Amino acid sequence: MDHFPTNWGNPRSEDVDNYNTYPVASHIAKVPHSVTQIAGYGHTSGHPTSHTQQPVVTGTSVLGIKYKGGVMMSADNLASYGSLARFRDVERLHQVADFTVIGASGDISDFQYVKHLLDSQMIKEYNADDGHTLATPNIYEYLWRVMYNRRSKMNPLWNTFVLGGVHKGEKFLGAIDLKGTPYQSPSIATGFGSHLAQPILRKEIEMRGGEENISEEDAVQILKKCMKVLFYRDARSMNKFQLAKITDEGVTISEPMSVETEWAFAEKIRGYGA
Amino acid sequence: MTSRLPQTKGGFNFDNHVRNTMMEGKGLGLPKATKTGTTIVGLIYKDGLVLGADTRATAGPIVADKNCEKIHYLAPNMYCCGAGTAADTEMTTALISSQLELHRLSTGRQARVVTAMTMLKQMLFKYQGQIGAALILGGVDINGPHLYTIYPHGSTDKLPYVTMGSGSLAAMSVFESRFKADMSREEAISLVQDAIEAGIFNDLGSGSNVDVVVINSEKVEVLRNYARPNERGVKEASYKFNRGTTQVLKTSIRDLVDIKETVQATTAEAMDIS
Repeated sequence: MDHFPTNWGNPRSEDVDNYNTYPVASHIAKVPHSVTQIAGYGHTSGHPTSHTQQPVVTGTSVLGIKYKGGVMMSADNLASYGSLARFRDVERLHQVADFTVIGASGDISDFQYVKHLLDSQMIKEYNADDGHTLATPNIYEYLWRVMYNRRSKMNPLWNTFVLGGVHKGEKFLGAIDLKGTPYQSPSIATGFGSHLAQPILRKEIEMRGGEENISEEDAVQILKKCMKVLFYRDARSMNKFQLAKITDEGVTISEPMSVETEWAFAEKIRGYGA
Repeated sequence: MTSRLPQTKGGFNFDNHVRNTMMEGKGLGLPKATKTGTTIVGLIYKDGLVLGADTRATAGPIVADKNCEKIHYLAPNMYCCGAGTAADTEMTTALISSQLELHRLSTGRQARVVTAMTMLKQMLFKYQGQIGAALILGGVDINGPHLYTIYPHGSTDKLPYVTMGSGSLAAMSVFESRFKADMSREEAISLVQDAIEAGIFNDLGSGSNVDVVVINSEKVEVLRNYARPNERGVKEASYKFNRGTTQVLKTSIRDLVDIKETVQATTAEAMDIS
């Protein structure tokens, strides 16, 4: 209620919505009154509804590499809350169907929602009862469309997913990011891994002359080397991770493990230059 | 009583900042500075140190120089790799190199690496980060080999192995996997070459060739273009058109000027010493 008689008698201004009459969806910071009046529009009408958010509880890199017997992936067990190492036993590698593993980096709540979506898809497939189960390339295409659709509604699932698996002897490894960009390659790395681990993965594959020359032990060594470098240089990582192996025999996700690290490399150095 | 003469102040003059921001808002921005993009590295081995750099200079998305030199001379026993704004790294190292020579003449001694580091950091701090020079300074003096990183804001780090520039993560992943103390000269150069190549092939801001400089207590070896992994392919055939491919129907030659050649004898005149 306007208590000042001098303001009575004039038509109500459409610029100001004091009682939240219309749905207001604006992420723009509070603008000083004088500017809104000059600009001619306020917080109310004219803005399209937008939900683009920011991730809250996040996972860091996920790595994947194709090798002779199948596909191997790795991800650490940390879910960070900004700079706080909040949840230290999170499994970011998840089995879907018989021969597929999905790894998630980015927002963990969105990952949990996607796990639920995939569960629903698997149940639908089971109910169809036609002798087919979803293969890795099928799940990949489904995920890609989900991600792209959400991006087109300006309400993305804030993740980069890595999908690895085998289907009828064919190895599959790909990633999809929050914008719906699909990318397949013999080596995959998300987040910080794309800067720190991808050069190592690519060099190893090139040095051995292709994925067919990488044995299972080699693949484990390569991934462990990458996880060590990531623990050294990614400030949101942890030295506790799992390896997932997919071969034509099935999926095995290992127990959490860690790598040896060396921190006394600059023992003899004193100060930063005086 | 204040002097009427203009007082010299340190640092940059920001009087035009407001005007420049307004102009940029209207679309008339300042030209983009040539950045080096860059992967630069340094590492200490048994007998001294090895510095490495790529050779690509970028102006936004364009490669401005395919074979520039990023390892700058500072003193007979010190070299400095530079990343960031090309003009800033060039002029800063040239300035300190000149100051070091004067210092050497004044003291009568070989300059120490800390001296160069202190001169660089004091200048960069004075300019509060406005000089975009990120440097790796390496040299050998009476106290042994020293390796420093210097950031645009003036902070320094003293370490056994360092990387800087946009390709620093790719190069650091190689160092973190394979660095060990007291390497031989061959091992050290090979590791530096691999680190720079990781930057060249995985970072878009780095490319072309690998430059290496080896410094020990006895000598300095400047190995310009130590590796050239990106040489242009040789054309398989000559694609020149033979004379007569295009038929000549008429030839007409016309002199545009009349040229007359004459010889004139001159008498020798006495030198004017008035």
